[in-house]
Formats: sequence, C-alpha cells, structure tokens
Amino acid sequence: MLSTLLRGCCIAAAGGVMVLLSAGAPAHANDEVRIGLITGGCVGCHGGEGGGGHGIPNIAKTMTRAEFVATMKAFRENKNNPTVMNRIARGYTDEEFALMAIRWAKPE
Amino acid sequence: MAYTLTRRGLLASAAAVPLALAAPRVSAQARMRLVIIGGGFGGASAARFARDAFPDVEVTLIERARTFTTCPYGNLVLGGMRKIEDITFTYDGLARRGVRVVHDEAVAVDASAKTVRLRNGGPVSYDRLIMSPGIDLRWGAIDGYTEDAAERMPHGWAPYVQPITVLERQLRAMPDGGVFVMAIPDNPFRCPPGPYERISMVAHYFKQAKPRAKILALDAKNGFSKQPLFQEAWEELYPGMIEWRGASNDGRVVRVNPTAMTVHTEFGDTVKADVANVIPPQMAGRIARDAGLANQTGWCPVKPQTFESALVPGIHVIGDASIAAPMPKSGFVASTHAKQAVAAAVALHRGETPANPVYFNTCYSHVGTDYGISIVGVYRAEGDRFIEVPNSGGISPRNATMSRERKEEQRRLEAHYADGWYEALTRQMFGLG
Repeated sequence: MLSTLLRGCCIAAAGGVMVLLSAGAPAHANDEVRIGLITGGCVGCHGGEGGGGHGIPNIAKTMTRAEFVATMKAFRENKNNPTVMNRIARGYTDEEFALMAIRWAKPE
Repeated sequence: MAYTLTRRGLLASAAAVPLALAAPRVSAQARMRLVIIGGGFGGASAARFARDAFPDVEVTLIERARTFTTCPYGNLVLGGMRKIEDITFTYDGLARRGVRVVHDEAVAVDASAKTVRLRNGGPVSYDRLIMSPGIDLRWGAIDGYTEDAAERMPHGWAPYVQPITVLERQLRAMPDGGVFVMAIPDNPFRCPPGPYERISMVAHYFKQAKPRAKILALDAKNGFSKQPLFQEAWEELYPGMIEWRGASNDGRVVRVNPTAMTVHTEFGDTVKADVANVIPPQMAGRIARDAGLANQTGWCPVKPQTFESALVPGIHVIGDASIAAPMPKSGFVASTHAKQAVAAAVALHRGETPANPVYFNTCYSHVGTDYGISIVGVYRAEGDRFIEVPNSGGISPRNATMSRERKEEQRRLEAHYADGWYEALTRQMFGLG
C-alpha cells in the first residue's frame, strides 16, 4: 500500500471517467482516511490546513516529502532545538511519517 | 472538436467531485446514518471529521445546548487572561458544512431498534451511534456537596452545569488576605492537569489584585500531572502563596459545610475558606449510564481499536466518559478518539476492517504570563487494552535540565503554542476553519 501511496501522481477510475487527481493525492479514499487519522495529532496544533500560528510553524507545502520525513526523524533524536516535537515524533513510525508527508509536503 | 469539448467537460466535472465520492462505494442506494450524541470536544470533532472524510455518510449531531463553552481555557478566565465569550462557540459552522445539528436532549437509546429518543423531537434512527456524553458530577460523594452547595462552593468543572463565571465572581469579590481553598479529586477525573493550572491562574490573578491572599489545595491523591513543572513554577512565580497537601498529608476532603464555608478532611482537619472550589468525583454522562454503557465504575469500557462499547454493540463511546487509560480524560485526546471511532464505525458498517489506531494527546497548561508547560502522549491499541508508545511523550523539560535562557524561551514558546493549540482545535471541531 505504501508504495502506491508514495507514487507522486495517481490515476483513479471513477464511473468510467479517468480522473487526474491533484499531485500527491493518495490512490484510494481509504488511504485518505488513514492519513486523516494519522495526522489527527498534527492538526490539533498546526490546524486543519497545517498553517500553524502563535509561533507554531506552517507545515503546509513548505518541505519536500523527503525533507518532511527527515525533519521528523531529526526530532526523534532531539535535533533542531525542539520544544514538543521531539516528544511527539518518538511515538510514530517511519511509515507514518511518510503518510504524514503526503498530506503536508509539497506535491510531487 | 465536439469530442474534445465533451471530454474536457467530463474531466472538469469529474475533477470537481470530492475524492471520496469518486471512490467505489459498497452501497450506492442507502446512505449510512451516523448519529453523534454530545457536541463537546469528542462529539463536535467526530461530526467535523465524518463530514469531511465521508461525504456519502449522513451525519447528525444531537446536542441540547445552542452554545458550547470549553473547559480548556476556563482557567484563563479566572486568571483574567480571557473572557467567557472568547471561549464560547456555536454549532453554526458545523451546520454550514452539512452536519445535521439537532438541538434537543437525547433521553434514551434503544440499541436493538437503533434509535435515539429525544426530549422534544421524534426519534432519530442510526446505523452506528457515537456517544460523547462527557461527565456528570457525583453529588453527595463528598458529604454535603449537593447541587445547592455548589452555588456557594462552585466546582467550575462542567460548564453545561455551572459556568466558570460563578467562581470568577467569587474570586473577584474575595478580600485581599483571604484564603482560596480547592478540593481536588482522586483519579480518574476530567482534565488531570486542570486543577493545577487553576491554582496557577488564580495565583496569577492574586499576585496582581490580592497579593496577601493564600491558596490551599487539598488533594485526594499523592501526586499529579506535570507535578514537578507546576511546583517549580509556583516557587518561582508565586513564592509563599500556594500550599498543596496530598492524600497522605490529610489532603482528602470528605465533607463540606457550605453555610459555615468549611471543608473537612479525612483525618478531621477543618479548613475555613473565603472562596471554596470543590471539584467532586465524576462519572460518565447520564445518557451513557442509562443506555447500559457504563460498568460498576460509572465509566464506559470500550474496545481499543474502535471505541465501540464493550457492553453494547453498535455504539461507540468516546471522550471523558470512556475507560481509555493510560490516556487522560482530555479534550485533545477526545478529538483523536472521535476520528478513529468515526472511521471504525464506517468501516464496520461497510464490512471492512478498521485501520489500526494511533491516538494522540497534547495538554498545555498556562502557569503565568508567557509561561506554559505541556504533556504529550502517543497511544495505540494492543489486544484489549490501550498502551502508551514506549519512550515517547512526556512533560516539558524541567528547570535543572536547561540554561536559564533556554528555559525562559521554552516556557514562553509553550505559552504561545498553547494559544495556537486552543485555536486550531476549536476552529476544527466547530467547523470554523
């Protein structure tokens, strides 16, 4: 499933019409739901659009997927002068970072 | 040319359809009816998520009140940092997004007929029910602490029973040099760091307006959430003002006398208060207990993967009413219960397997101006229980672990993050952004 998710651009069939989804969108509605669940923690502070505010960084389309995942992994190691993100990042898997990146990173 | 135009037209219209509608559906004819009881952090978050993630599901939210005042940030009203209207919301945003909002009281649930009976309107049928009933207070659990007593000795712990402004008015009217007494319950209870943020915010107010006032916190337990962080901050910001007494130091309040304005401890101490804030023991909201969802503890056991009741099939119980330890009873974590419960309810209705859950909590507490602290937790389901992911989460770093400059920066940032957290969470649950 992950390899499908991580492909940049997906084509889905809907009622015989080929729909070109926006770049970075997941292949299937169930994947989108799963991403919504995994990013349930992110949106609690960064907001539904990821824009942040009150000093909370904007995470919407500010990084490539690789940069996003690398940032999260660095937080796990207490890098980048963290306040809360180190404590948060240690609770998630690499696969979940990749799924988060689909929602937050620049379209690929 | 005509072909091209037609094809382009088709593409354009198909692209405008939301993604989930474009996906194959199991049942095209019958829209699933998802009904949610309770419009707090759990219920409102469930409604918003269901509406966004499942456009082909009919979402009904049953909530008796027209407005919702949050428990989070209520303490900031006491501290003079917020006004009650800043923390009060309507359901208009959810209604605008297509949630059917029914302002009525759910009085009974018939789990076999799958209907909810309302006080005023006709019954509401559901395919799956999500219940987010919040807490009820256990009147009489502390001898003498009745609903009447709560007018003299406010709890300020359930805004739908009593607004925080009742306690606020008493604090404002208290003479300088007076004693503010708090009775704090044993676990489990709503918002584990809440009483200690309240101590902090009242101290913040006293420091400016009533510098000779004292705070005596009588606690039915021996330790509390973010304890070292709170106690370090109290010493630093409010030296000599706060006394906290745990259970083994005769901190458990067993009786109150609202006429004499006294509280009485387990081993016989009598304390006279100028203002008394009694936070009594709690249990799941009545509708959940009446529906047979609670066990002998008064709380509702659930399946960790789906939040479906362990006692009654087809009903998911989320938020404070559920038994979900080691997760705290908090607004944020309720919003992640909500999303998992919605996704699981839809999956189960469609005969699919629900995704493995990850639950998440961040609780910020304001301790003073530009002084915030937090606790974080990431949780998963393991068999029939919830677990906290090892080596993750935890509280803000303690004073001794940082330079003074770094600590001040950390506390200042977390105070601002707290404001962002509150805004992001409430905007989403009420459909405002």
